[in-house]
Amino acid sequence: MSETKKQEQTSTHKIGIYLWIWGLLFVLSFFSYMVDWYQFQGMLRWSLILVFMFLKAGLIMAFFMHLFWERYALVNVLLWPMTAIACFIFLMVAEFEYTVFTRFFYFVVGG
Amino acid sequence: MSDFKIEGYEFKPGFKGMAKDTSSDQTMFKGVHWGKAMMWIFLLSDTFIFSCFLISYMKGRGSTIIDWPNPSEVFGLHVFGVDVPLLLIAIMTFVLITSSGTMALAVKYGYEKNRKMCGWLILATAIGGLTFVGMQAFEWSKLIHEGVRPWENPFGAPQFGSFFFMITGFHGTHVSIGVIFLFIYSYKTFKGHYDEGKRGWFTTIKGDYVEIEILGLYWHFVDLVWVFIFAFFYLW
Repeated sequence: MSETKKQEQTSTHKIGIYLWIWGLLFVLSFFSYMVDWYQFQGMLRWSLILVFMFLKAGLIMAFFMHLFWERYALVNVLLWPMTAIACFIFLMVAEFEYTVFTRFFYFVVGG
Repeated sequence: MSDFKIEGYEFKPGFKGMAKDTSSDQTMFKGVHWGKAMMWIFLLSDTFIFSCFLISYMKGRGSTIIDWPNPSEVFGLHVFGVDVPLLLIAIMTFVLITSSGTMALAVKYGYEKNRKMCGWLILATAIGGLTFVGMQAFEWSKLIHEGVRPWENPFGAPQFGSFFFMITGFHGTHVSIGVIFLFIYSYKTFKGHYDEGKRGWFTTIKGDYVEIEILGLYWHFVDLVWVFIFAFFYLW
């Protein structure tokens, strides 16, 4: 047990990496706020929001939550389930398109 | 973390290492404290809960034929005679990122056995979290005064209120629980519980700075969820 403690002590990272990631998160948040400030609309708005969101999420998970340094056994257990969420999103997009279609349809033809 | 050693076991990198670790004896997550592995599993399940909330919000917003309230105006503030869109939310985002950064540094100083620095940084994180919850309470009371209810609101589609209160409320609960634990952990750090290996409550396991990293995982997760809420609920 004392052996593992010694190992853990040596495995910290330089402070610079944390400060860099911290700064990047501020800059990315500022950019995503600017998306709203300048009132970008349509595909440009949505793609910018998604790009900044995934960059921020990736930086937090990789460096603040140390996933970049973890072994693949842990990383893969955590990340593969996200594909199930992606599938669920696709299913529900189909579902809401159908719902909104039926709503419009029955407002027009009336029952 | 990854430069951990076990006698008689050769660590391999990448997917080969993953196959070897997964099929090996005793533990699958080599060199990972069991508490940390359990926290990750909990966070995975929490990810699914928040995903279900955000997906139901997407479905609700997508399937209504009444216009959705414009979040840029609903969450705007009137300061010094000017309307600033989304101001409070932007400040909340910056506060939460600040507290996430101090937490990351607290984990680093914890592993370096720098007790004082670690304790102060955890305390700073707790205060950041408290500020966030305070601003959220302000935001809620402002919207409730303006007539936003889970079943109706003066701005547009009535579903807006129910999704808003459910998603931000659930996130705010997570932040509040995190703040309570941050205060407790900063007390324990200052007291030196992790240096002398004092046992916690309901456990016979000795205190160690790895607990700070486990708490840090939870706190970064709260920030991570806010990244998604900010993008989908406030900016979209």
